[in-house]
Amino acid sequence: MARIAGINLPAKKRIEVALTYVHGIGRSRAREVLARTGVNPNTKVMDLTEQEVTALRKEVEGFTVEGDLRRQVKGNIQRLIEIGCYRGVRHKAGLPVRGQKTRTNARTWKGPRPAKAGKRK
Amino acid sequence: MARSKRKGPFVAPDLMEKIARFRKGEIQEIKTWSRASMITPDMVGLTLRVHNGKTHVPVRVTEAMIGHRLGEFAPTRTFRGHGGVKKKVVVPK
Repeated sequence: MARIAGINLPAKKRIEVALTYVHGIGRSRAREVLARTGVNPNTKVMDLTEQEVTALRKEVEGFTVEGDLRRQVKGNIQRLIEIGCYRGVRHKAGLPVRGQKTRTNARTWKGPRPAKAGKRK
Repeated sequence: MARSKRKGPFVAPDLMEKIARFRKGEIQEIKTWSRASMITPDMVGLTLRVHNGKTHVPVRVTEAMIGHRLGEFAPTRTFRGHGGVKKKVVVPK
């Protein structure tokens, strides 16, 4: 029931894992936060004391997370598109940005394969 | 690996010279082949013509472009699109 960084209330998981439900916090940061607050990473979220939750919340505030982070990333991409550089063009076209091949693969960016014509029998 | 700060940003020496000559009015336009040159703050407002392998593409430098390289703004490939409607119309005899 702990609310950290706005709308996030993780489950009955270990706090080390539960923290990663916050966008912008992965395992490394979760561990960092726990180390700095001195909270045992193995505590389940429901077993956290009020003070621990407050301490964690304060520590997490030091990072750009959730909406702010998403906005930042979006802004960065928007900038690339606006200046018309190659990376911006790739973002706009929905193709890989970092020079990967697109002859095959690149499905993450391109989405599901288009139906192949004349392949039916 | 990132470039050493000690060296400062890379700008082709001939490009810097061309910019200086352009400012003095000796040349009318700045053509360059140096796509690897970094855009520096003093280039803002200029229109550089960057080679894309075929022609020199005009690039108007804005503030947001600082730190990028010239080549990023002069695409080397033309994408003509994929597939499309098959235009094979069977001509009746």
